[in-house]
Amino acid sequence: MDLGTFTEAFIFYLFAGIAVLAALGVVIARSPVRSALSLAVVFIALAAMYILLNAPFLAVAQTMIYAGAVLILFLFVIMVLNPRLDILGARTTAQTITAVVFAAAFAILMIAVLAGGHMAPATGAYTPEVVAKEGHTQVIGSLLFSQFLLPFEIASVLLLIAIVGAMVLARREKGAHKNIEG
Amino acid sequence: MLTVTHYTILSAILFSIGAVTVLVRRNPLIMFMGIELMLNAVNLAFVAFSRYLNNMDGQVFVFIVLTVAAAEVAVGLALVVAIFRARDNVDVDEIDLLKG
Amino acid sequence: MSQSLWLIPAFPLLGAIINLVVGRRLPRAISSWLAVLTVAASFGVSALAFFNLTALPAEERVIHETLYNWIGVGSFSANVGFWLDPLSAIMILVVTGVGLLIHIYAVGYMEHDPDYARFFMAMNLFVFAMLMLVLADNYLLMFLGWEGVGVCSYLLIGFWYYRDNIAVGTDEKFLSPRSSGTKAFVVNRVGDFGFTLGIILMFWTLGTLSFDKVFAQAQTAFTVGAPVVTIMTLLLFLGATGKSAQVPLFIWLPDAMAGPTPVSALIHAATMVTAGVYMIARSHVLYELAPFTMEVVAVIGVLTAFIAATIALVQNDLKRVLAYSTVSQLGYMMFALGVGAFGAGIFHLMTHAFFKALLFLSAGAVMHAMNDMLDMRRLGGLRHIMPITFWTFLIGALALSGVPLFSGFFSKDEILTAGFATGHIGLWIVGVLVAMMTAFYVFRAVILTFGGAPRWKEGEVVTVAGEHADDAHGAKGLHPHEAKPVMWIPLVILAVLSVIGGYIGLPAVIGPNQFADFVAPVLGEHAMEIAPELEWTLIAISVAAAFIGILVALWFYVGNREIPARLARYYPWLYALLANKYWVDPIYDYLIARPGRWLANAFWIDIDGRVINGIADGLGNGFRGVGSRLRTLQSGYARGYALAMLIGIVVVIALVVMRT
Repeated sequence: MDLGTFTEAFIFYLFAGIAVLAALGVVIARSPVRSALSLAVVFIALAAMYILLNAPFLAVAQTMIYAGAVLILFLFVIMVLNPRLDILGARTTAQTITAVVFAAAFAILMIAVLAGGHMAPATGAYTPEVVAKEGHTQVIGSLLFSQFLLPFEIASVLLLIAIVGAMVLARREKGAHKNIEG
Repeated sequence: MLTVTHYTILSAILFSIGAVTVLVRRNPLIMFMGIELMLNAVNLAFVAFSRYLNNMDGQVFVFIVLTVAAAEVAVGLALVVAIFRARDNVDVDEIDLLKG
Repeated sequence: MSQSLWLIPAFPLLGAIINLVVGRRLPRAISSWLAVLTVAASFGVSALAFFNLTALPAEERVIHETLYNWIGVGSFSANVGFWLDPLSAIMILVVTGVGLLIHIYAVGYMEHDPDYARFFMAMNLFVFAMLMLVLADNYLLMFLGWEGVGVCSYLLIGFWYYRDNIAVGTDEKFLSPRSSGTKAFVVNRVGDFGFTLGIILMFWTLGTLSFDKVFAQAQTAFTVGAPVVTIMTLLLFLGATGKSAQVPLFIWLPDAMAGPTPVSALIHAATMVTAGVYMIARSHVLYELAPFTMEVVAVIGVLTAFIAATIALVQNDLKRVLAYSTVSQLGYMMFALGVGAFGAGIFHLMTHAFFKALLFLSAGAVMHAMNDMLDMRRLGGLRHIMPITFWTFLIGALALSGVPLFSGFFSKDEILTAGFATGHIGLWIVGVLVAMMTAFYVFRAVILTFGGAPRWKEGEVVTVAGEHADDAHGAKGLHPHEAKPVMWIPLVILAVLSVIGGYIGLPAVIGPNQFADFVAPVLGEHAMEIAPELEWTLIAISVAAAFIGILVALWFYVGNREIPARLARYYPWLYALLANKYWVDPIYDYLIARPGRWLANAFWIDIDGRVINGIADGLGNGFRGVGSRLRTLQSGYARGYALAMLIGIVVVIALVVMRT
């Protein structure tokens, strides 16, 4: 998108902050429902990012699939299983601290690597002007059906498998009836 | 001036938070959420690179990842349901059948 | 005929194998006569080989057959080969001939024993091993036979392993057959250790163990009296003391009387115990290079002869008297070897085989008649009941005493003369004393067993102390009778040999010594120059010694029975010393057996049990401990694994970052 530099930066930092805070919310929230809703906020924030990055189709796809389907699935399962309020923490406090420390270490390392790195020159053919001219959806569509046909087909088979698998796995025993209320 | 570095750093942070979620929470559902978080972080990185390299491959990849993630969530949650329906208890730590 | 020496040991081996595998299922007659047949066949081939040998001119009397190369490792090579020369020819004739007679006798003697197959298997195996010993062409093969006869001796001494006590009708305590067998084997082992070291030293210095090469090289490799050859010959002699029951390793022979009498006759009189004598005679080239060892051999021989003879004076069991007599006569043979009269030693070996086997077999006939009771204090008056046995025993006794006209006289006299002529006057004096004692104790045995009035009653029941008489003989009580023909015919043959066997070795003053001439190519010419008058004097002295001994025995036991009893009372300490066999067994037990056992226990419990097992267990436990600690990693706790993965990733990235 062609915004002013300042505007771009402002939007970026705004949504970045929202995303990070919501992610932390996922970790910290005690109720699973709250975690799920925080996750939804992350998804939407990321969708905003995608728009900023000149990928509107993906932004919408992200919102629909993630916030719209995956999240609802999560909420349904939470409802079915009706878990108690979760106990935070790993088996031992030591493990919790270790996990946090190493994850932080990971983040710091990656930041160091990334900050010191050089980006390769932009050699691709799809400059923002080209994409804007053709339309983002058309571009992705034409690529999917030509260059990336095989992954596309496999992905569809994968979806089929997932549907069947999920149905088989979640089926109840014959005759048993589980009360899902309460 | 925004560079790819900003986006990738954000991606790294989100990834780490997702990792912590998986490692620290006991509820399997929330662990799955952490996994989704990690996947999303990676997606962000892909899209960022795609934008700054003018190469659409990254975005196609993200599209596929989106699909796979959805399928994975479906199956994974079905598994969780199957396991925990039997036990009436949602504590991942209780499953230690691999214990040697 | 020249490639057939191997048949000589092969026949008895075949007999042993047959009896081992199917003997129990064969009828008694077949099993036992088969054993006799194999020894007879062996004797036949030996006789043929002997004649073939004599057909050769005297200087070339060697038949050497090699069957195959047994061991060929690096520079070490030993064959299975046979060496027939006058010395080994005499040995095989003695072994197979006397062995044949004893086997025939044994068919009758063992006719009531249920384990006849095992008996004849072991007897045949023994003959095989002994033949291998004397026919071997190298020291290693000889050692094979050496060990083989030791094993068979163990098997045959302990033949009645299931019995604890076999002494009938007496309170004397003898070692059980099983312990006696073990004792014989273990004591022999000590000697074998020396033998082995000697062989090793031989190989180390000479590089070969074949007789022909060793004897040829020894004379250039060693100077006379060199320490190497002295040590080597001493070590070999240590082996001989074990096998031939010399001081200090003679203690096993009296207890070996726990075995059946044919065993005592064959193994412990005529053949196995002579293996040491044969070995030294065979190695005379080496011994002549070690004068010190020769002196040691002579002194120990005489010492053994003296000690054994003194003990025999007071023994009450007939077989024990004969056993100590064997030890004593072996001492004579060693004496002969030690003074350089190798031929005389072998001559005495041969005559001793005849009359000692005769004496033992006669004793066996007495045992058979008296329900196995051999305590001479309870015998007597048997000469009318068993005349054949009496006369043959008497002939054996005369031969043993060295009475002229009998074989023992010629061989013993040759030894004593050689001892005197080589300057060993002191040893000669002791030798004469021993001859006197020999005559005394053997005639004491004759008189107590066969003479006088019976000190037993017809129908009296005699048993092993503490047991009931349960076999066919025992329950019926004493009913002495003459032996069966299958038993007395060998006795008669041996008696004839005991008389005429000496005539091939006449003293120089009387006639040609064909025996010495025959073995001279092997054993060397040891013509001792003695003035005829001196030689006659020496002969007269040894004859006188024999007669003195006989007369004293007659005086004590026919004349006045009180005298020996009074002597025992006047010199109780002397009597106790002899009756307790100089307390050799208890001394050995305290000095050697107990410390040995303590040491073995220490090794077993402390070192093996604690240290070595501790190390092994410790290692095992250590691993188990580490393993159980490592196992906690496999918690089954999935998030733990995930955490580990994260840590790993971080570490790897950090490393990569550091590098660049």
